[in-house]
Amino acid sequence: MTDRQIMTGDEIRRAIVRISHEIVEKQAGTQGLVLIGIQRRGVPLAKRIADAIEEHEGTRVPVGALDITFYRDDLSLVAQQPIVKGTDLPFDMNDATVVLVDDVLFTGRTIRCAMDALIDFGRPRAIRLAVLIDRGHRELPIRADHVGKNVPTSREEIVRVHVAEIDGSDEVSIGRLLRVPEAGGAAG
Amino acid sequence: MATAASTPAATSSVAWRHRHLIDVDVVTWPEIELIMRTTDEMKGVLARPIRRVPALNGRRVMTLFYEASTRTRVSFETAARNLSADVVSIATATSSVTKGESLVDTVRTLEALGAEILVMRHAVSGAPYLAAEVFGGHVLNGGDGWHAHPTQALLDLYTMREHLPGGNLRGRKVAIVGDILHSRVARSNIWTLTAAGADLWLCGPATLLRGMDRWATAWGSGAIPGHGRFNVTTDIEAALRDADVVMGLRIQRERMQGALLPSLREYAARFQLNAERVSLARPEAIVMHPGPMNEGVEIAPDVAASGRSVITDQVANGVAVRMALLYLLAGAHEAAPGEIAR
Repeated sequence: MTDRQIMTGDEIRRAIVRISHEIVEKQAGTQGLVLIGIQRRGVPLAKRIADAIEEHEGTRVPVGALDITFYRDDLSLVAQQPIVKGTDLPFDMNDATVVLVDDVLFTGRTIRCAMDALIDFGRPRAIRLAVLIDRGHRELPIRADHVGKNVPTSREEIVRVHVAEIDGSDEVSIGRLLRVPEAGGAAG
Repeated sequence: MATAASTPAATSSVAWRHRHLIDVDVVTWPEIELIMRTTDEMKGVLARPIRRVPALNGRRVMTLFYEASTRTRVSFETAARNLSADVVSIATATSSVTKGESLVDTVRTLEALGAEILVMRHAVSGAPYLAAEVFGGHVLNGGDGWHAHPTQALLDLYTMREHLPGGNLRGRKVAIVGDILHSRVARSNIWTLTAAGADLWLCGPATLLRGMDRWATAWGSGAIPGHGRFNVTTDIEAALRDADVVMGLRIQRERMQGALLPSLREYAARFQLNAERVSLARPEAIVMHPGPMNEGVEIAPDVAASGRSVITDQVANGVAVRMALLYLLAGAHEAAPGEIAR
């Protein structure tokens, strides 16, 4: 079965620009705002949102990267330990408004891990969530504040987000799960 | 994270597949790189305001030490706690071992008590292999006899990479000086350092180098793929000249049988790492020692405390390396296809 494209590169770009406006509007400016991308594809998306904010607001908001591997609740269930990709939070989290950025919101477990991890680094004033795709099937009481596109899916489907920084091109597609996903993809 | 699709080469590389870690001889170079990368992340955890992550939450780590140890046991236990594991420490001097319980029975008992990861140290070379045969979880060797001390070799490698320009040991001269004969640290370091491409020199009195020259000759002929040759010498000046790394090893008085050394004073006179000898090494060379040190015997106090000494870095890196290994081993339990028993 072949994948079906659900977002083109242009659509991704427009969604990111819209999210960047929403974030600034909700915060009433950029004061105290930091963006934290969740490894891996949340990181380039967070940088792009920061680029967009810089373009229309003229200020650069700090961008960090968060690896949630050590906080996962399914380590005893996956066949092999996921490879850790690095946490880099070069700013003070205390009293900041943190916007977590990820590519796909699915079960919500990744976001729970991310919040656990963030709170070990400090006490943010607020944590918000921006995702490119919300595909439903939440297992935890978590919702996104900013969504690029809502995509109804079945559990057997897999949403693939490709970003140029990692995959060479921008695209979102949806396909059937043909094989057991690798360890890194199990958290949702 | 829901995208299980294409994973570029930069991060895909290797997955950990060893259920136990008894020596570094079975660990491939890409796996060593994985350990080093995971250690980087663990150092990041240690630099956080809260130095603890829940990665091994609820997992039970037991340390079973049949030989004296402070830094290794405390380092493992700290590492396990930093990963939120439950840690039980068994000192054999106060356990049923003194009543004559065998190693196999002890290991079976600990498993029945819920041990999932067993960190062990034993005076008999190869004892962890026996434990691994009967233990259903993971065995991590904290040093066995003269044989192996894999976590020490890995923390040594990590510390060298941290201090050498470019983080690369290829062509770098590493001199290990002291009681090579009884040293599991030296034996494990031979595997990792020759795999790293270092120009490795082992130096000590001839009685404490016994058997090493034959090993060196065998390796020099390319007997072990992926491992370079190493040099064995009694000439301390040749070993230290232009070295990038100088490592002292403890004279292991408790393992000395017969007249291997005329006296500690004579050893110190000929082989001690003192300021004059260490000045033969490169100006930016680092000085290492796995500890515990006999200051004034294999290393002079001023050298151990000098600006070149990275001995306390070794101790600090030891916790991060052990966190990385506990984490990697804990995930290898269901590695069914191509599982490696050791």
